[in-house]
Amino acid sequence: MTAVIAPSDVHAGESTSRRTWWIPGATVALVVAFLFGAMIGPAGPAWYQVPWEILDRLPFLAVDSGATDLQSTVLWQIRMPRVVLAAIVGAMLSLAGASYQGVFRNPLVDPYLLGVAAGAGLGATIVIVVNRSATASWPVDPLPVVSFVGGLLAVLITYMVGSAFGASKVPATLVLAGVAVTALATAVQTFLLQRNTEVVRQVYSWILGRLSTATWADVRLVLPYVIVSSAVLLSHRRLLDVLRVGDEEAAALGARVDRIRLTVVIAATLGTSAVVSVSGLIGFVGIMVPHLVRMLAGASYRRLLPLSVLVGAAFLIVADVPGRILSDPAETPIGVVTAFLGAPFFIAVLRTRQGSLR
Amino acid sequence: MSSLALGDLSVRYGQTVALQPFSDTVRPGEWLCLIGPNGAGKSSLLHAVAGLVGYEGRILIDGSPLDLRSTRRRAALVAHVPQSPVLPHDMSGFEYVLLGRNPYVSYFGSETAHDRAIVRDVLERLDLAQFAERRLGTLSGGEQQRLVIARALAQEAPILLLDEPTAALDIGHQQQALELVDRLRREHGITVVSAMHDLTLAGLYSDRLALLHRGHCVASGPAENVLRAETLSEFYGVTVSVHRDDDGTVIVVPRRTGPLA
Repeated sequence: MTAVIAPSDVHAGESTSRRTWWIPGATVALVVAFLFGAMIGPAGPAWYQVPWEILDRLPFLAVDSGATDLQSTVLWQIRMPRVVLAAIVGAMLSLAGASYQGVFRNPLVDPYLLGVAAGAGLGATIVIVVNRSATASWPVDPLPVVSFVGGLLAVLITYMVGSAFGASKVPATLVLAGVAVTALATAVQTFLLQRNTEVVRQVYSWILGRLSTATWADVRLVLPYVIVSSAVLLSHRRLLDVLRVGDEEAAALGARVDRIRLTVVIAATLGTSAVVSVSGLIGFVGIMVPHLVRMLAGASYRRLLPLSVLVGAAFLIVADVPGRILSDPAETPIGVVTAFLGAPFFIAVLRTRQGSLR
Repeated sequence: MSSLALGDLSVRYGQTVALQPFSDTVRPGEWLCLIGPNGAGKSSLLHAVAGLVGYEGRILIDGSPLDLRSTRRRAALVAHVPQSPVLPHDMSGFEYVLLGRNPYVSYFGSETAHDRAIVRDVLERLDLAQFAERRLGTLSGGEQQRLVIARALAQEAPILLLDEPTAALDIGHQQQALELVDRLRREHGITVVSAMHDLTLAGLYSDRLALLHRGHCVASGPAENVLRAETLSEFYGVTVSVHRDDDGTVIVVPRRTGPLA
């Protein structure tokens, strides 16, 4: 990446060099958050033993942390999967949120406000209601696939309804369309559940997620989707900057706007549906983290997307900690924690950005 | 240096015909200015050439049809300065002008050192280097407009389309922007097609005028042939007097129709 900064960039030197510190800075923050998340929790090794436990796992290193085998197992089979899964979910939701904001040129949208989560939830409900046991023997579990299709349909309907009623001029229109789609999907879901009360528990455990009971199997389940989705989204970061001048000008600059928008929406929805299937409803992350990054490092998607991944991962690890401590041994769902932080944040965003919603 | 030939070019939005079949050949390095009342079809013509609306007829650049080319290839041939550009308020001047290099960057690629060098060169030549790190939202209308033109120049397209490039500018910045386009045209042989409302400026800077009215081209030629009081009265419904300066400049002055107080 050194070739990017030519010697004659010296004129633009000061702010450019300051910007290059954001990625290493956010990486350090993520490592600190990761250690913090791994050190805290009931049972398991003492906090100061955790770094040694991690070092011990690295190749060619053998360190005695002083923790018992049981403590070690608690760390590696209970705490670690949860921290890793929180990082993946936080990174994915933030990256998807920033990407949706880019393709819709709308700072107010996130995976939840667009109806993606509700659509994915409806898809999952349909699969469960239709009969989960019958599909158990299928070679491919239809649940993630149908929930992805549900999420995709929801975001496409939101976009079509929103743009039919002038979302390009009034950004809030897209959010309102998302609210309507969410309400409809939730209503259909409620109707299905009332007719099939025997699966309510199954559906709710899916909706609320299982971050608190995360295992390495969950990590392995979402990781392929998240990697594919993130790779596609991150490789569009330059084109998202081109889209910032609007569809018409981007087209005049040679960008194929519709193809870019469709690709990014599909990728973001794939990633969102995958993480929603393990984490449940975690709102506001996709809007909070990208905005925080914009305030700190500017609005260019070249920085915004990679930074959203790092900051989103760090954010959700830390946001998951109070849930583990506050009501120990019972768990406060992480969605409750993010909503406590996110709702006031969202209101603040509305207030400060009112004059510049473009 | 490229020529732009339009053969029976027409544009329709649903049932409405915005531009009736229009034919013209703009020579390499020539400046054609489209004039005419609002809704005459000037922007539709420019949008068609820029590939932003569907059209019927032919658009040939140096004799080869434009619609056979890819979106990116077309953007490398035709640069479009829109009437009211979208200016992301927190984008820097450098980032904004760099967007003009998009036609030369592959889908998943990123700009090369060469692209950045061209942007720096354009900013330098247009005397905009001091705005490279400034945010667009902190710049004045005139400064923003020059950056929009700089972005079009970074596209290095031989054909430059300008849609009301001076509409938002005061008289000093109008002159500055048009002088800039004229200089670039002479230095680089860029072929220019513009739409303008100020008839005096249109006649002053362009080689040729085409007067559009309800989608039809009703008059075309050098300023002294097109800018005539009776012609303007017929198609704009205005009362004007037209003067000719010693150097050949045609000056259009509106007249009051009511009694002077």
